[in-house]
Amino acid sequence: MRALPVGAHALLVEVASAGQARALHAELLRRRAAGSLSAREIVPAARTVLLDGVDDPVRRAAELTAAEPPPAPEATSVPVELPVRYDGPDLAEVAAHWGVSAREVAEIHAGIEFTVAFCGFAPGFGYLTGLPEHRYVPRRATPRTAVPAGSVALAGPYTGVYPRASPGGWQLIGRTDAVLWDTAREPAALLAPGTRVRFTPVGAA
Amino acid sequence: MTDRALVVVRAGALTTVQDRGRPGHAHLGVPRSGALDPPAAALVNRLVGNSPDAAVLETTLDGCALRARSAVTVAVGGAPCPVRVGGRPAPWGAPVRVSSGEVLEVGAAVAGVRSYLAVAGGVAVEPVLGSRATDLLSGLGPPPLADGRVLPVGPPTAAPARLDTAPQPAPPAELVLRVTLGPREDWFTPQALRDLTTRTYRVSAAGNRIGLRTEGPTLERARSGELPSEAMVLGAIQVPPDGLPLIFLADHPTTGGYPVPAVVHPADLPGAAQARPGTPLRFVLVRR
Repeated sequence: MRALPVGAHALLVEVASAGQARALHAELLRRRAAGSLSAREIVPAARTVLLDGVDDPVRRAAELTAAEPPPAPEATSVPVELPVRYDGPDLAEVAAHWGVSAREVAEIHAGIEFTVAFCGFAPGFGYLTGLPEHRYVPRRATPRTAVPAGSVALAGPYTGVYPRASPGGWQLIGRTDAVLWDTAREPAALLAPGTRVRFTPVGAA
Repeated sequence: MTDRALVVVRAGALTTVQDRGRPGHAHLGVPRSGALDPPAAALVNRLVGNSPDAAVLETTLDGCALRARSAVTVAVGGAPCPVRVGGRPAPWGAPVRVSSGEVLEVGAAVAGVRSYLAVAGGVAVEPVLGSRATDLLSGLGPPPLADGRVLPVGPPTAAPARLDTAPQPAPPAELVLRVTLGPREDWFTPQALRDLTTRTYRVSAAGNRIGLRTEGPTLERARSGELPSEAMVLGAIQVPPDGLPLIFLADHPTTGGYPVPAVVHPADLPGAAQARPGTPLRFVLVRR
């Protein structure tokens, strides 16, 4: 674990794995809630957690890297369930990568419990981890200019759901009617870092 | 009932509603957004008696024009520009009264890029996640102004400032940005870091509210491969594969996968927002 300087008011704590990033993020949120850490933004990502809006990043850096964070607490809440029609345009390509049938892609994907590692790309877009390494697939060589909202997709170690129509380069395996992002709702984001997620097949796979 | 509103007569190239943005949601992928030149936005708010949180309009190079549905006090600041009310010249950088039915014209900037227009009571569009700012990256907040659109105006909260004109910094003839190294300076060659902090760049015409783009020496990486996505801050200098530094402004993405060799001091970003394409640009290394 090491802390990297980021300008005058931020620092980036780098760890060795996605699991450690999740544990660190949970610990930093706990400290902020307890009042022992003041930061405007605590933003997890693949191997890092950013603290932005901190008073003395140099002093904080020494403090934060003094001890490994405790393991992330076991989630007690039930996972968010997202109903999915596994009929995406890249289903056959993903099936070929995995060496299974299209129907088995749905069974495998729906059989995994995922966790939101971090958000980015668009409001409410979560990068979900949980895929075993032999299920990683590359991005599409040519991104699509328009991916429909609710598209369930795969890229690298992640699965995710497009919260709104946008360009995108991930492999599309299905669609959900779940609303991932709605600013009229509280909270606006269905998925936040740490949220557990299960996909449930609906309709003909 | 008074109809406190402004009707857009000429939207201009890109005029958006801005305030202090929506920080605190970066972990959900929500950019901070907000005025690119916060001191200018704060000043025009103060001139009309608004709180610093009130929403203002941010124009881009060619101004805008609005018809007042009821008498309002306004102030224009930021990039210097001619101001006219009902066809008559009016002061820039000072409170100005606009009568019911009159048109306020914010002219093309004579220097700088972004002028700010405050109206007493603030632009009262519906807030999203606590902010009325237009975020051009994620589409949150109201869309950019369009001709004919009606902007509601809130009730004034305090009297306008009692002064004739307020001093404002001139847009930069040369943009000097203080930077501190990190977090990913080790992804670049020593020569690249020397080039970044000693040679002259120019502000590119391709910039926008998401980032200020540059033209100049390309920065060579010391390592290949991909950086796992990490969170980005305001003022981060991102270096995409073309090697040209890009400085993240208010609508920047919350995460990114291109390495950041250095970060611009936040106090220097308002000047960056006012630097026209072609402006010479130097990055000056400062110690943390």
